[in-house]
Amino acid sequence: MQPCRLAAHDLACRRGDRLLLRGMSFELASGDALQLGGPNGIGKSSLIRMLAGLLRPYHGHVEHSGGLALSDERAALDPHRPLGEALAFWRRIDGAGPPSADFGLEDLLDVPVRFLSTGQRKRAALARLAASGAGVWLLDEPLNGLDTHWGAAAQAAIEAHRARGGIAVIASHQPLDLLGLRTIQLLEYQP
Amino acid sequence: MSGAIWAIFCRDLGLLLRGSVGRGGALLPLLFFVVVAMIYPFAVGPDAKLLARTGAGVIWVAALLAAILPLDRLVEPDVEAGMFDQWALRGLSEEVLLLVRIFAHWLSFGLPLMLAAPISAVLLSLDGAQLRIIEIGLLLGTPGLAAIGVTIAAITSGLRAGTALGGLLAIPLTVPLLIFGAGSLQPQGEGGLYLLAAASIAALAIAPFAGAGAIRAGRE
Repeated sequence: MQPCRLAAHDLACRRGDRLLLRGMSFELASGDALQLGGPNGIGKSSLIRMLAGLLRPYHGHVEHSGGLALSDERAALDPHRPLGEALAFWRRIDGAGPPSADFGLEDLLDVPVRFLSTGQRKRAALARLAASGAGVWLLDEPLNGLDTHWGAAAQAAIEAHRARGGIAVIASHQPLDLLGLRTIQLLEYQP
Repeated sequence: MSGAIWAIFCRDLGLLLRGSVGRGGALLPLLFFVVVAMIYPFAVGPDAKLLARTGAGVIWVAALLAAILPLDRLVEPDVEAGMFDQWALRGLSEEVLLLVRIFAHWLSFGLPLMLAAPISAVLLSLDGAQLRIIEIGLLLGTPGLAAIGVTIAAITSGLRAGTALGGLLAIPLTVPLLIFGAGSLQPQGEGGLYLLAAASIAALAIAPFAGAGAIRAGRE
């Protein structure tokens, strides 16, 4: 994997007329993992969307190289299509290889996405993210809906991605068990 | 890039044509279009002269209403599911995506209407010459209807009462197409076809940009 990088410079985030965060800067290189922590409503998801380029920062800017992949609360898989087809659609767009076996979806490929449980859908979304080939993973609450076993599997997949030279940014209020994990508490950046 | 666009086009067309649970396919607007022509003679009586004089207008009204039927599934489900966000992350511009969708939408509703128009023409006692102008008119006008439909669908995609509002917004915008389309069937009215084409091209030129702006604004 090509070396990747994600840097935030003096970011500020405003939603409506409320300033959520200000003065946030960090820089991540290949192999880094960063957890964005803080209570509900502090702006974790907004920050992830800002890093993804989907929200315009109120101030400051984001730089990245190595491709971005996002997994948030929406799976972005066509609900009425079988899971296998829904994942194949993204593989065609990403020009990526076969799906990773990390998420135990083999038995579910014939099942329409709308029949999947919350945890199964989350695993499918993570499989889509892992197959995208992007260097920078942006994960919004990746462990939501996952049981202990699959929560550990998801973290193992993140570790494998870092070992290949990828970056992971994880917005989560749950404790994560990742090697050399950096943590930013968003409470410290409240105005 | 072009491979991705092709994959998205095939997906869009598949969804719009076949439909599925909760999404109704291309069949619904088509049946609606024919049924309107079927019930109109019941309402005004079987006078063939009257039907032939007013039938072309009815066909155009039916085409316009058929274009509004699928509005709620043109853009909204993909915004809701996060598809547009994922495409944006991959550097695919909303303008291109909407242009692809307009084309797919036209194939799934404009083309079937043209195939069904002869049936409607028979039901409304229209003659061959009138049918020819209707077919040319539909060929020129339905791309504009598709463009307006996709734009309105994008604009209302984040709104709760999007579907009802979408219909109300689309009708005034499609009125020029209706006037020129139906007008081209008046005696010596064939010049209307040129204006119809012009209105259609204007709608096609504006639609991807207006719709893309609406989708981006919806993220804020």
